[in-house]
Amino acid sequence: MHHLWLIPALPLAGFLVNGLFGRRLPKAIINAVAVGSVLLSFLWVLQVLNGLMPLETLYVERYATWIASGSLDIPYELAIDRLSAVMLLVVTGVGLLIHIYATGYMSHEDGYYRFFAYLNLFMFFMLTLVLANNYLLLFVGWEGVGLCSYLLIGFYYLKNSATTAGNKAFIVNRIGDFGFALAIFLIFIQFGTLDFPAVFSAAQPLPAESTAGILTAICLLLMVGAAGKSAQVPLYVWLPDAMEGPTPVSALIHAATMVTAGVYMVARSSALYLKAPLAMDVVALIGLLTAVLAATIGMTQFDIKKVFAYSTVSQLGYMFLALGVGAFSAGIFHVVTHAFFKALLFLGAGSVIHALEGEQDLRHMGGLRKKIPITFLTLACAWVAIAGVPPFSGFHSKDEILLAAHHHAPWMYWIGVVTAGITAFYVSRAMFLCFFGKYRGHHHPHESPVSMWGPLAVLALLSLGGGYTHIPQFLAPVFPLAEGAHDFTLVAISVAAGLTGIGLAWFLYIAKPGLADSIASNLGGLYKLVYNKYFVDELYFATIINPAIAGSRTVLWKFLDAGLIDGTVNGAGHMAQWVGAKCRRLQSGNIRTYATWVVLGAVLLIFTIGGVR
Amino acid sequence: MNGVPLSWYLILSAILFALGAAGFMIRKNMITVFMCIELMLNAVNLSFVAFSRHFKTIDGQIFTFFVMVVAAAEAAVGLAIILTVFRNRSTLQVDDIDSLRL
Amino acid sequence: MDPILFFIFAAVAVICAISLIVQKHPIKSALSLIGVMGSLAILYLLLGAEFIAAAQLIVYAGAIMVLFVFVIMLLNAGEEKSPARPSWFAKLLGIPLMIALLGILSYVIQRAAPEGSLAFGEYTGGAREVGRALFTTYLLPFEITSVLILIAILGAVVLAKKEL
Repeated sequence: MHHLWLIPALPLAGFLVNGLFGRRLPKAIINAVAVGSVLLSFLWVLQVLNGLMPLETLYVERYATWIASGSLDIPYELAIDRLSAVMLLVVTGVGLLIHIYATGYMSHEDGYYRFFAYLNLFMFFMLTLVLANNYLLLFVGWEGVGLCSYLLIGFYYLKNSATTAGNKAFIVNRIGDFGFALAIFLIFIQFGTLDFPAVFSAAQPLPAESTAGILTAICLLLMVGAAGKSAQVPLYVWLPDAMEGPTPVSALIHAATMVTAGVYMVARSSALYLKAPLAMDVVALIGLLTAVLAATIGMTQFDIKKVFAYSTVSQLGYMFLALGVGAFSAGIFHVVTHAFFKALLFLGAGSVIHALEGEQDLRHMGGLRKKIPITFLTLACAWVAIAGVPPFSGFHSKDEILLAAHHHAPWMYWIGVVTAGITAFYVSRAMFLCFFGKYRGHHHPHESPVSMWGPLAVLALLSLGGGYTHIPQFLAPVFPLAEGAHDFTLVAISVAAGLTGIGLAWFLYIAKPGLADSIASNLGGLYKLVYNKYFVDELYFATIINPAIAGSRTVLWKFLDAGLIDGTVNGAGHMAQWVGAKCRRLQSGNIRTYATWVVLGAVLLIFTIGGVR
Repeated sequence: MNGVPLSWYLILSAILFALGAAGFMIRKNMITVFMCIELMLNAVNLSFVAFSRHFKTIDGQIFTFFVMVVAAAEAAVGLAIILTVFRNRSTLQVDDIDSLRL
Repeated sequence: MDPILFFIFAAVAVICAISLIVQKHPIKSALSLIGVMGSLAILYLLLGAEFIAAAQLIVYAGAIMVLFVFVIMLLNAGEEKSPARPSWFAKLLGIPLMIALLGILSYVIQRAAPEGSLAFGEYTGGAREVGRALFTTYLLPFEITSVLILIAILGAVVLAKKEL
């Protein structure tokens, strides 16, 4: 026994302590509990991995039976293989850094203990999700992280926009979870079990479905769930709004870990997807569409966190592209590197916002390079990493994905390259607007404390060197390595695209400032379309949300609730009142009337009894 | 024929009981109503004694005895209540006393 | 002999009972009730219940009726006046219900009463028999009755106090 249960249990203990007693605890103890529990969890992951290496096969620990009903047998079972090992290291490692960062970032906020309790609860559910050995336990973690996401987006619950964003995230995720739940039902119908090893070994001998079949249905429904959790078209709309939460939350949940749960789940189900090529194509198309769509929106946004949020959506699209073209290990590789540089981008943005006392608009920044040098330097590391500049981490993982895409279908590669260019452009744009030129705000920027830039520095190192972790090779026992040699030309093209993006941004925002605005005004309608996020939110309101509300008002509320249900209840009440009013007459208080009733009753009684004889 | 059938006693008892019940219903003076109750008790007593005689056991007479005792107690308490009611409301009309509070 | 005595005193009892419920003045009703009780005492004797007949005269016709008459005098109860809100229900149904009750009871008695005639002197329930039964079989109810009477006395005293 390696006591895998300790990994999620430690943050849960932290949640219980902080959640139950945090109100009365001093900040130092809250910090110690919150960070300490995650640190211990991280160390325990290392300890377990140390004991289990080389971990060629799945290692399972069974604790108890959870549900046993007929042929349904679902145990409390945690398992670890190389895939979950990678995810565990990312979740606990990045989670630990972000916890440390948050102790600095949140130090002036109300509800300090509440924040860390939620964060620890999130760690518990995320680790449950990663360690689960069957779909139902994974679903528990899946829902749990959704709950924590909702709680943390709405952390500033006095702000209307924050609670609305929390609701939006929760409701949109329900749509995805609906699909996921249906997929779980279908899996149980098809295979009679929900355990990963059993399901996958049962799927192994099946032939690949050339037309749509049960496996395709399962995989598409799983993809619906993944699209909800990982913010893919058409369910991505919640993620940009989720930036209403505190920045460490954006970094941990909405960039590094939770949103990659969908990627993890699809990768985990790869045995099913490989038998459903149709579903694979859908996954790839959704990923590609999301990547392009979100990247173009990211070019036009002025809120620094919104830019990075759309960047996250776009990068998640890349990961699904990788999964869809069969390069599962490349997708997970990108999950890891993305966790590093996107967490760094968000934490750096948080540092900037912290320095500017809450300012998030890029138009009111500029020239901060000199004023907050450490933040700038660390953010620059993330910049080169996401832009795909060799030899930094983003280059390696993106490269793997693009090569796999080219192997699958060259046109996907070309769209991916263009998106890479756009990615480099919008990140560079944000960097130039933020750190170069003249300062356009009116706050007095100050550098962040060491508890904040310390994690930034660590993440910067990881962003720079994360490409040499050889994740695909490490994952070889789980996913067979993609064939196809490194094509130098293709690599060069994608690097060139990234550099072009950076150069274009430099040209537009440093060399010729003002040119960007004139281009924007020249493009007119197109710019407006992109700036307003393709009016997707408005479209959803017009086609789905408003009809649903109207239907609820007229049919469910006015007719069903007010008419039928209230009518029945009130009618029963009125009936009782009416009967009572009639019967009240009997209680006249007149004794002789009562006596007459008694005699009448006696006559009837005797009549009945005597008559029966 | 040197005896009276049991049913004659029972019918006499029924007649007295019905008269008592009718008196209860049609009289409005509280004391008269009370006397009608006594009449009904007496009617029942007659049945008890007749049955005691018919079955040749003493039990019916014992019941009659107990009924008398209870009737005495009831008369004492009932008349005391009538006194109190009269003192508080200055009326003996049963129909005017139709609420439990004063 | 027996049927003649029965008819005489049964007639007296019924006439007195009718008088009880038709007399307007309570004192006349009370005197009628005493008539009913007296004739019932004779009928008890006819049934051989000597002790009960005596108790009927002493307790009922004596003590209880004295109490009634005493209260009537005390309250100076006169003839009935019509109340403010008479019970039309009781007025309407009183006599018909009496007839119905009588009819149904007679019918049941005719159908179900045991056969056999009761002649005077065949059986007596004197003070000896009643006393033996009271102090053996019915000792516990008898003792409880004494408690009941005590409580009734207390209740009467409390109720009749001035400041209730």
